[in-house]
Amino acid sequence: MGETAAKLGLARRGGDFLRNVLGPFLALVVVVSIFWIADSMQADGGRFATLRNAQNILVQSATVGVAALGMTLIIISGGIDLSAGTAMALSATSLAWFLREQYSPAVSVAAGIAVGCLCGCANGMLISLLRIVPFIVTLGTMTIYLGLAKIVGDNTMVRPLPDQVPLWMKQLLSPRVEYEWMVFAPGVWLLLVMALVTAAVLRYTVFGRYVFAVGSNEATARLCGINVPLVRIAVYTISGFFVGVAGLYQFTRLTVGDPTSGTGKELPIIAAVVIGGGSLSGGRGSILGTLTGALIMQVISSGCTSLRLPNPIQEIIIGCIIIAAVTIDQFRQRRQAV
Amino acid sequence: MPTALLRMSQVSKSFGATRALADVSLEARGGEVLALIGENGAGKSTLMKILSGAVSPDRGEMELAGRRFAPRGPHSARLAGVAMIYQELNLAPDLAVVENVMLGQESRRCGVVRRADERQRVRAALEQLDRTDLPLDLPVGQLSVADQQVVEIARALVTDAKVIVFDEPTSSLTRHDVQNLFRAIVRLKQSGMAIIYISHFLEEIRQIADRFVVLRDGSVAGSGPLAGATEADIVSLMVGRKVEELFPSVPHACGEILLSLEGLSGRRAPKGATLELRRGEILGLSGLVGAGRTELLRCLMALDPVRDGRVRIAGLEPRRTPHARIRAGLGLVSEDRKTEGLAQRETIADNLTYSRLQPYSRFGWLNLGHRRTAVEDWMRKLNVKARSSEQLVEHLSGGNQQKVAIARVMHQDADVLLLDEPTRGIDVGTKAEIYRLMAQLAAQGKAVIFVSSYFTELLAICDRVGVMARGELREIRPASEWTSESILSCALGVDGRT
Repeated sequence: MGETAAKLGLARRGGDFLRNVLGPFLALVVVVSIFWIADSMQADGGRFATLRNAQNILVQSATVGVAALGMTLIIISGGIDLSAGTAMALSATSLAWFLREQYSPAVSVAAGIAVGCLCGCANGMLISLLRIVPFIVTLGTMTIYLGLAKIVGDNTMVRPLPDQVPLWMKQLLSPRVEYEWMVFAPGVWLLLVMALVTAAVLRYTVFGRYVFAVGSNEATARLCGINVPLVRIAVYTISGFFVGVAGLYQFTRLTVGDPTSGTGKELPIIAAVVIGGGSLSGGRGSILGTLTGALIMQVISSGCTSLRLPNPIQEIIIGCIIIAAVTIDQFRQRRQAV
Repeated sequence: MPTALLRMSQVSKSFGATRALADVSLEARGGEVLALIGENGAGKSTLMKILSGAVSPDRGEMELAGRRFAPRGPHSARLAGVAMIYQELNLAPDLAVVENVMLGQESRRCGVVRRADERQRVRAALEQLDRTDLPLDLPVGQLSVADQQVVEIARALVTDAKVIVFDEPTSSLTRHDVQNLFRAIVRLKQSGMAIIYISHFLEEIRQIADRFVVLRDGSVAGSGPLAGATEADIVSLMVGRKVEELFPSVPHACGEILLSLEGLSGRRAPKGATLELRRGEILGLSGLVGAGRTELLRCLMALDPVRDGRVRIAGLEPRRTPHARIRAGLGLVSEDRKTEGLAQRETIADNLTYSRLQPYSRFGWLNLGHRRTAVEDWMRKLNVKARSSEQLVEHLSGGNQQKVAIARVMHQDADVLLLDEPTRGIDVGTKAEIYRLMAQLAAQGKAVIFVSSYFTELLAICDRVGVMARGELREIRPASEWTSESILSCALGVDGRT
């Protein structure tokens, strides 16, 4: 009996796998196919299905992707972080400031990431200690971080001299890869490694279970002796770390520290998680889904560009995809519930 | 001979491969209370959903007052004259009594609500229920559960319901409120309505119903007038086998003192609760809803703020955090499986092990295979019926969910188990299993505090019973020295002896 139960358990997890991962992945395949076909039907088409384009898309989605890793944790734990965009700009600006002030690249990067961690930690502390809902807290800190970034940047962009930016930073997210064997930019590989680690932490650690527990039902978590405030602070701090790395990514692409570059960026970050199957009511979400979500959005905007569709159309399509993704997800859940 | 107001013939419904209802026929007559009885999963809720129009039957016909009845949704069912009073009340807590009663059926002229007319109709409905004392303008959220139920019933009356279905209406009511509800039901019945009454409590059914229908595995297992049917008859129809003993006796003896409270006080309740609990003892806690029983357990667990008093477990005084209390050996099964007891959207394995993951973790990393074996072991021990340990808790029946919640405190190896209404809303068979489990735990030298509003089970299972009223722990006596009546008068604050 135990053996069959175990087998069923596997089958059951297989079902979960299909639902949580393959769902968004299938959407990605559909989106890619649509643009591939549309592109090859054009007279001067043939630019979509190229390695160059794949490299571009991955590089362009990496920044949102990194920040969305942290957002996935937050959303699974039942929270939200509206300050992710401005916190990312704050850490990018800080990083640029440290570089300009002649600090070594290593110190500057560490400082930039530390700023991200602090932003996240502050969010977590405010939510846990003041017991205010995450939406409101991060709505507040969103503006606070924007203001802080402007102070760091003295109300303008922070421009380190070209020779103050080390070569590896310039190559981190360059679409043209230095070494051909790498195929994709180092930043893309780094993102992949971080994603794997985060997914493993979510699935195979006690902390991961607690994150799901807190998001699924906070009262149950408390009843089971889980230190809910501590889990929450940890989640936001870890997410702050990813926001800091996203700041590094953002900086390497802009090569300036722009305090306002993160405004509005929280929305694609949240959208990536939601398209990837995350539930804003907590308890659900997956790293692989989130990355797929980030990719779907980038494929659409790149695809539209290569089809010469204007910007507003891209935005409308992405909006529709977000709503469609959640609708399909709900439908699937409802069917499962019966 | 009363006329059949609602007639269902040969109604069947399947969900995928699962046959939820198979050829169910029944009739509810005007001026009569029909009790619908069955274990969880017997098909009661599917039948309800069909009546309310939430799902439509695959086959079969329904007739309401001689006309074909095929509701397309809850609203259409309500308009046709079938009203549902659910276990979880469907009221908008911030709206006033009048607004709630008239919600969705506002009397209006050109889009403007005719307030005077509405008040008159609501007052008439409350009069019919003999509850004119309810303040019409109070937000419903400030009413007691019992009064909220009255508001729901009034809502049914305003729509001229012909059939009212009550789904476990007494599960969150005190004995006193139950009697009020029954008086209201009798009035409804006398006015010619047909009442369908769904409940697990056989004593209640005997008190209120005229006829019964027992559902088992989606079909009608038996029906007839209640007069003449014994409790044993009905129970054996429900479970499909003879239930020799609902209350199994496992001998257990009391040992040394394990838990002691001295003047434990919370914010509102409890007020200075003092008690001692020994190993191998089952202590029952009785009282009305709101008497402070749940608060006592929550303060013990440090889930609610503690104002004063000492808690000693095996001689030690643990810190005031849920974590410390769990480590000291306390385990709580919450009265509310849905919102607190279990994380509904997580798996059985997770829910069972949340409070004790250490055995499966090394430096924070989990050995999931090891855990699955252990969880499956517990599921077998407690007879949890599920496809696998990875099944989501929300897809389990109430009884199986409760077993998972109890398995968790057993898995965490709690010495003192605090069970808050563990048998509420679950089927008879599972109840018997839980009673046996409690006795076995006591026999192993654990101690149990058992909160229940059901006097019979308290008196049958517990060694001692304590009664709470208005936050105070009034009296603790050996179970043999209590009767249902003396518990009730103590809970109501009427001292039986003076």
